[in-house]
Amino acid sequence: MYGKGLRALSISTVVAMTTALALVFFYAPLEAEQGFLQKIFYVHVPLAIVSLCGFVLGGLLAIQHLRTRDPRWDMRSYVAIHMSLIFALATLITGSIWAKGSWGHWWVWNEPTLVSYLIIFLLYATYQPLRFAIEDPERQSRYASVFAITAGAFVPMNFIAVRLSTAYLHPRVLGSTSNLPGPMALTFLVSLAAVALLYATLCKYELTAKHTRAQVRALRRRLSGETARPRGGRSAAPAAPPVKVAPAGRTAP
Amino acid sequence: MSGVAQAPAERPPSARERPGPRPQTGLRRTVAAMLRKELQVELRTLESVPAMTLFSLSTFVIFHFALNRGSVEGDLGAGILWVTLLFASILGVNRLFVADAEEGGFDGFLLAPVERSAMLIAKVLTLLAYLAALELIALPAFALLLLGTPLGPALPGLILTLALADVGVAVIGTLVAAMAVRTRARDLLGPLLALPLFVPIVIGAARASAPLLAASHPTWPALRWLATLGLYDLLFGLIAYALFDFLLED
Amino acid sequence: MPVLELDRLARHYGEREALGGVSLTLAEGRTLVVFGPNGAGKTTLLRVLATLLRPHGGSVRVLGASIPDEAWAVRGRLGLLGHEPLLYRELSPEQNLTYHARLHGFGPSRVRQLLDAVAISPRAREPLRSLSRGMLQRVAVARAVLHEPELLLLDEPYANLDPAAVELVEPLIGAGTGRTRVICSHDPGRGLAEADLVLGLREGRPELLRAAGETTAGEIAELYR
Repeated sequence: MYGKGLRALSISTVVAMTTALALVFFYAPLEAEQGFLQKIFYVHVPLAIVSLCGFVLGGLLAIQHLRTRDPRWDMRSYVAIHMSLIFALATLITGSIWAKGSWGHWWVWNEPTLVSYLIIFLLYATYQPLRFAIEDPERQSRYASVFAITAGAFVPMNFIAVRLSTAYLHPRVLGSTSNLPGPMALTFLVSLAAVALLYATLCKYELTAKHTRAQVRALRRRLSGETARPRGGRSAAPAAPPVKVAPAGRTAP
Repeated sequence: MSGVAQAPAERPPSARERPGPRPQTGLRRTVAAMLRKELQVELRTLESVPAMTLFSLSTFVIFHFALNRGSVEGDLGAGILWVTLLFASILGVNRLFVADAEEGGFDGFLLAPVERSAMLIAKVLTLLAYLAALELIALPAFALLLLGTPLGPALPGLILTLALADVGVAVIGTLVAAMAVRTRARDLLGPLLALPLFVPIVIGAARASAPLLAASHPTWPALRWLATLGLYDLLFGLIAYALFDFLLED
Repeated sequence: MPVLELDRLARHYGEREALGGVSLTLAEGRTLVVFGPNGAGKTTLLRVLATLLRPHGGSVRVLGASIPDEAWAVRGRLGLLGHEPLLYRELSPEQNLTYHARLHGFGPSRVRQLLDAVAISPRAREPLRSLSRGMLQRVAVARAVLHEPELLLLDEPYANLDPAAVELVEPLIGAGTGRTRVICSHDPGRGLAEADLVLGLREGRPELLRAAGETTAGEIAELYR
């Protein structure tokens, strides 16, 4: 069941990304001040938006986990946050490149979004160490969910606080798609869609892989007839709950 | 294996009437009992407050040498003060649940007919008390050692800022301490989790107090920073209240 | 109404089964003794009954209330004596018991009564840190019964106690109290003598469930092989 739709998703991602790249390189006009480097904006900002939404999504999925106590929600929350963290790192790197190109410094404190991202990145970077430090799988999931909800609520609060404290260096590009001329706006939206699809596809891949691995383990156990042995070593990833293997074919997801 | 096993009939069943659920111990009484216990333990061990205080004093000295300055004021002064207070508070946060986790056990509390949020409230109040004790010493020490401008006129505004910031630190500290205490690397995870969450407090508190510590200072901090602090405290208080119970379970 | 009703109670620890399908009923005033090697799930079972752990499968009713939904209804009516004494070492026996009493809504007279009952009154004001392990266990017993629980959950209660101390705590947690008890034990001889119902666990599965009269010490020893 987890694998369903994966192919469709992958194909649409590839299509979207190709279109976006084409638009970025051939369609969007060159910006007057910053030149070619400005095009990194079409990568940086969508990455920022998607990872931000991903973190908040992780919090929402964690709420579901605490409400229903179903470990699958925790798995989804883990994957969402895990993937968002990678995208956030990419955000910081592309943001840094853009900063260097535009203002000559690898890091600027006057760009509130970048600064907020650094703080959020530092916070979410503790997610996996936190999970890894708790051995009891049920407690691990529960604590991770509490963290995900707290951090998810923190994201908007942090943005507001940092915004308040920084003086703007130059007019903001983010949040003002209405100010963007037509071709730029179109390219931006397509890029946004492409990055969002990429995120969704990668998440789905990871979920499917984890689920499949759990099923294989359950089957193996059933075949060899031994009682379940605990997995060797600790893990930061959530353990899949005991999977009920039906005698023939499909299992419940 | 299932089934009801019949026990031998010699032992007479109890003649006592079965009472219903125990009446819950009231919230205020529970918090009072917990606070009392916390303060008793702290007075016996003297773990948190002396350590926090000494740490802040040493930090002021280190700052003097690190910055190579005799006196600070304004932005720099506010920054040094808040960084020191924050790191000192981490020491208190780290020790907050240790006695419960290692000895008294959360079980004792969980088995009692009490409201579970009582533990959150009691621990936040405890941390607030520690912070107040810390600041009672650290603030005069700061004025003595490093501050270039007179503290007196700035004091009311500063106290207000401290109060608002302390509530935020206490709430976040309690939440983070509860998360970190029953993990393997509790002393490391506590600060790692807490420091990013403290950033908005630092922003609000430092911006609010910087003008107070400047040469030509107004006596009250700007409203927007106090509002930032207040809102953050409120929001985090609600989050902590909603989520704390989940951390108490085994 | 039976004090305990378990129906295929299950709990897992990650992918491992900590308790697999335990079903039993325990009437009021009876004693259930649980045997099994370390890691068999005895402590897990006790903690589920104490409402400290949630069941992952099956159903549990303690004192008529369904766990975990109605756990609030039984809090304060259970007494748990586990491996941890649940006492603050820096505080004195009196301070610890007073704290416990306040949480449960009992007064200082009850505290004094129990301090006398376990013969710790002469040293009631000293920090627990300075008392011996046996004295600590006595205070732990006092803590477990202070709030007059209807159900006693005891995890190897006689460990760390010398014979004199065992005599002291008998009236509080022994068969004479008439209270319903669940005891985890490693001692087949003593355990069988106290039991009405015997449960033998191995790797979470109930291998043995019989009335005490129909069980022999030899069968219990089998569990440990």
